[in-house]
Amino acid sequence: MTAIQDRPAAPTAPKHAASDKSRSEARLAWMLAGPAFAVMLLVTAYPILQAFYESLFDYRLTDPANRSFTGLTNYGVILTDPVWWDAFGVTVLITVVTVAVELVLGFALALVMVQALKGLRPVLRAAILIPYAVITVVSAFAWQFAFAPDSGFVNSWFSFLGVAPDTDWFGSPGSAIFVICLAEIWKTTPFISLLLLAGLAQVPEVLQEAAKVDGATWWQRMRKVTIPNMKAAIMVALLFRTLDAFRVFDSVYVMTAGANGTEVLSFLAYRQTIARLEIGLGSAVSVLLFISVVLICALFVKGFKVDLSQARGE
Amino acid sequence: MRLQRWRRGRSGAAAAVLVLSVLALLGGCASGPVGPPTLTWYINPDDGGQAEIAKRCTDAAGGRYTIATSTLPRDSGDQRQELVRRLAANDSSIDIMSLDPPYIPEFAEAGFLAPLPPGTAARVSEGVVPSAIEGASWQGQLVTVPFWANTQLLWYRKSLVADMGLDLTRPVTWDQIIDAAVAKGTKVAAQGKRAESLMVWTNALIRSGGGQIITNPGESNPKLVQLGLTDPPAVEAARIMSKLAKSPAAPPAFSTADEDANSESLQAGEAAFMVNWPFVWSKVTKAAEEGSVPADVPNDYGWTLFPSVRPDLPSAPPYGGINLGVGHSSLHPDLAYAATECITSAQNTAYYFESNGNPSARVASYSDPAVLAKYPMAPVILQSLTQAKPRPQTAYYAEVSGGLQRTFHPPEAIVPGPTNQAAQDLILGVLRKDRLL
Repeated sequence: MTAIQDRPAAPTAPKHAASDKSRSEARLAWMLAGPAFAVMLLVTAYPILQAFYESLFDYRLTDPANRSFTGLTNYGVILTDPVWWDAFGVTVLITVVTVAVELVLGFALALVMVQALKGLRPVLRAAILIPYAVITVVSAFAWQFAFAPDSGFVNSWFSFLGVAPDTDWFGSPGSAIFVICLAEIWKTTPFISLLLLAGLAQVPEVLQEAAKVDGATWWQRMRKVTIPNMKAAIMVALLFRTLDAFRVFDSVYVMTAGANGTEVLSFLAYRQTIARLEIGLGSAVSVLLFISVVLICALFVKGFKVDLSQARGE
Repeated sequence: MRLQRWRRGRSGAAAAVLVLSVLALLGGCASGPVGPPTLTWYINPDDGGQAEIAKRCTDAAGGRYTIATSTLPRDSGDQRQELVRRLAANDSSIDIMSLDPPYIPEFAEAGFLAPLPPGTAARVSEGVVPSAIEGASWQGQLVTVPFWANTQLLWYRKSLVADMGLDLTRPVTWDQIIDAAVAKGTKVAAQGKRAESLMVWTNALIRSGGGQIITNPGESNPKLVQLGLTDPPAVEAARIMSKLAKSPAAPPAFSTADEDANSESLQAGEAAFMVNWPFVWSKVTKAAEEGSVPADVPNDYGWTLFPSVRPDLPSAPPYGGINLGVGHSSLHPDLAYAATECITSAQNTAYYFESNGNPSARVASYSDPAVLAKYPMAPVILQSLTQAKPRPQTAYYAEVSGGLQRTFHPPEAIVPGPTNQAAQDLILGVLRKDRLL
């Protein structure tokens, strides 16, 4: 049984001197990818470097006269302030909860899609994808209206569960974060289920049949055949969603504007940069947020040995 | 095959975008400056009064300029953000802007306001209430043109206060009305929500007690700003807020009560007293017309000056409103300033008061018969505006207000003394950039 866990090794290119053909192919690849690479540098690397540069200054947009170089002081201020750590905690909480729930739900939806009748599959896929096609701000407003005590229907529909008619969902941290997570899960589960569907399609049918012949139950096949064979796809889906969830902004902005203990890191960056116009401090928050995301990425890629090419179903 | 179709679709779309952008460019070239220059006035949302004044002033200009209005977001903080973003990028389309007074020092300090032409300052401040001039100035100089001026009154229900033994024709103190309301089993409505309105209330209490939040107003270096939040008047303000919040006279949802919620609680007779802006009068008369409150409720409304903190000191009611600034990158600053003089004329501000309920900054408007017929409390508003004091003037107003809201909320958790110290430490820390907000 253990033998089938190992995927057949991918054919590796011979190590010795590259042929002319492969060299010209590499050149062609660079020529094709080069312009896109240059544009990416321009639109991502440049703003990141600019933000890092600004973060070294005490600089307020409306007070250019008092601008001064302060080195890493901004980072010290942020990392020693409970405001940052509160926002960090809320962000991690939202990330862990949404990604965990989405993984389970997304996997279930992927199984439904893969096992649905062929004729039904496109319809099902479209239906499941609809929430993902909705603009995040719109979905956030929809959920906010649903849970609002004055205009929402949730309080009256769920009165049988003991929900009081005047429950103020956005009034306390716990319930507000619950609604934010709900909106995020509803919206992005389709994304994770699509990635997992691609993974499911990679599991060789022969292995499934062999396991069936050996008398494996559905659960045994799931644990010993399906999941090990799509581990790479699961990790890629997890990585993408974690990075996304860590940068949650729209739902928080629309539902609570960061009030009542729901402030997340990207909202903190927004408040310092856009609302307070503290370009230096806000850039430092953004850079720290960026570093957090890079660390998550490194953890997944190095720690869990995620092969990003799996995302393309190669 | 599928790929091919997709490709063709994509290139078709790209071509369409290209054609459209070329057309847009050509269109941009074609429309050169023809006719009188158009001045853009960025207005805060209202009931159409500013758009009407823009029309009237366009007609009065006799072809020298036309005024077009552009509406800003509803929230005052969002208005500031949008204007700052555009002004920092030298947007020349901002000729005139309706500014909330607390942000005027920040705009002035950043150089976002075009200087007033000689003679304008004298003309636009003639016959204007003192609080509006103070609110339109920075470091003792007029930097904006006073437009309309708002203030809070003490509103009460005559029937509920009749047997309280209070003489409301004379100034009353906070202690008097809280004690009277407790004895009668009714409520005193004030804005306890964590919002700018909490700052308005706190500042009015501190100023009424003879104190100031910023003791060296006009200081442009944030690290040198000094606060008076631990001085006796500020501790006294905290005592009154805590006394009301903890007393049975506090409204049921005091920590989330805003101006609208409070105006409804006075309409319903749940509260006997309320400090609030004059919009509550338009609101209750409209509600009586529509029949959502009994028709005799407006007649039961009484009003007097904002309560004082000390019996020996007249109160310093809140000051609000809108002043007009001219953008530093405007192509026609002289015409824009000429337009502000028309917009803020006694006639136009009286019209704005009468039609939209926003009190004029000009004394002359308060003797306008149309205004007096619709707003019988106009003389009290004028008296209140004469006594009113602006919120602390600093280029870092958002930090001061935000820090105060964080520490003085919820009002029932205020401990006079320690809360003052916490607010002082937080705001100074934020201004010295040692702490986040």
